[in-house]
Amino acid sequence: MTALEFTAVVGALSMLAGFLGALTGLGGGVVVVPALTLALGVDIKYAIGASLVSVIATSSGAAAAYVREGFSNIRIGMFLEIATTLGAILGAFLAGRVSTHVLAIVFGLVLVQAAYQSLFKGSHEEDPRVESDALAKRLRFDGTFPVNGKAQEYGVRNVPGGSAMMFVAGTLSGLLGIGSGVIKVIAMDRLMKIPFKVSTTTSNFMIGVTAAASAGLYLSRGYINPSVAMPVMLGVLSGAMLGSKVLVHARVRTLRIVFGVVILALAIEMIVNGISGKV
Amino acid sequence: MNDKRLESIIGQLLRTGVLVAAATVLAGGVSYLVQLHSERVNYSTFAAGGESIRTVPGILNSAAHLDSAGLIQLGLMLLIVTPVARVAMALVGFALERDRLYTVVSLTVLVILLASLVRAI
Repeated sequence: MTALEFTAVVGALSMLAGFLGALTGLGGGVVVVPALTLALGVDIKYAIGASLVSVIATSSGAAAAYVREGFSNIRIGMFLEIATTLGAILGAFLAGRVSTHVLAIVFGLVLVQAAYQSLFKGSHEEDPRVESDALAKRLRFDGTFPVNGKAQEYGVRNVPGGSAMMFVAGTLSGLLGIGSGVIKVIAMDRLMKIPFKVSTTTSNFMIGVTAAASAGLYLSRGYINPSVAMPVMLGVLSGAMLGSKVLVHARVRTLRIVFGVVILALAIEMIVNGISGKV
Repeated sequence: MNDKRLESIIGQLLRTGVLVAAATVLAGGVSYLVQLHSERVNYSTFAAGGESIRTVPGILNSAAHLDSAGLIQLGLMLLIVTPVARVAMALVGFALERDRLYTVVSLTVLVILLASLVRAI
């Protein structure tokens, strides 16, 4: 394959990755890693470096729109980011000390269940909005987000449960090399009863911060190859900017279906990797 | 300073940072493709590469010589810095709002982030 062909193919796939990543709050890694390794035969280390670039590009590319429109909640994101970072430190410590095959399979099965819920079950959005519990009130988590052009208030519950899940998200991402976005979205949506669009856009803020923390390490190890990362960055960025414009007006039901399909793909990836011993 | 105004400043900063990073990567990418578009590429075996693409001084030096790989890496470094800048902006904003809890929370995140970034480079 010539350099021009490689750039064009990777750029196009990355655009799709950025688009889906921005819509779901998962970052672009779910698409970028298998596309590079399976379809194009790129070494996993280059793919991991490119995936890291794609996560930051999704996060920062979509953020401008989400922040401006008032979807992402910086207080929630910043507070929970502490738990994720601490979890990531534990994950990095455990990496190489525990067997990850079984963990990958278990995590894959959990994701299958989450995908099923996202695709077929109703959501709390149809319920009357939740009232914040005492701790969430003290942390000033309640906010508003735009629904059909009007500011809709929302409350937040179960901060301890959500923080614990964020810790697990950080640990698993350190151990399994996956983005932590998927657990972040599920924790905010299911446990903390935060509206879906606020959950995905706040996750979108957090994954960029988490990824930036490990970027220095990947850069100095040479995982970030300029000719692989260049089309990934440009493609993901344009896809994410487009995705962020779509999310603002999209129906929540549609977003949940996209989210469900993407995490189902991730679940299959995890289970296959766990069984074949690649994780 | 209130949350709304803070968010619009942060949004503006992000957009500018991301566009500057993208323009830099694009410049490097165009120069790379003009020179090597029909070169065969194969990334199936990993090689870490030299200092000029792995260390901050190396990247700055090769970008200053308008080397295509150096420009791409410089743009990627700018991209990596945007989330850091976002946390720093939020910290300043919360401090101006005299919101002590979230000033401390943002400062904690910023310190952890910078510590893990700097330790590696």
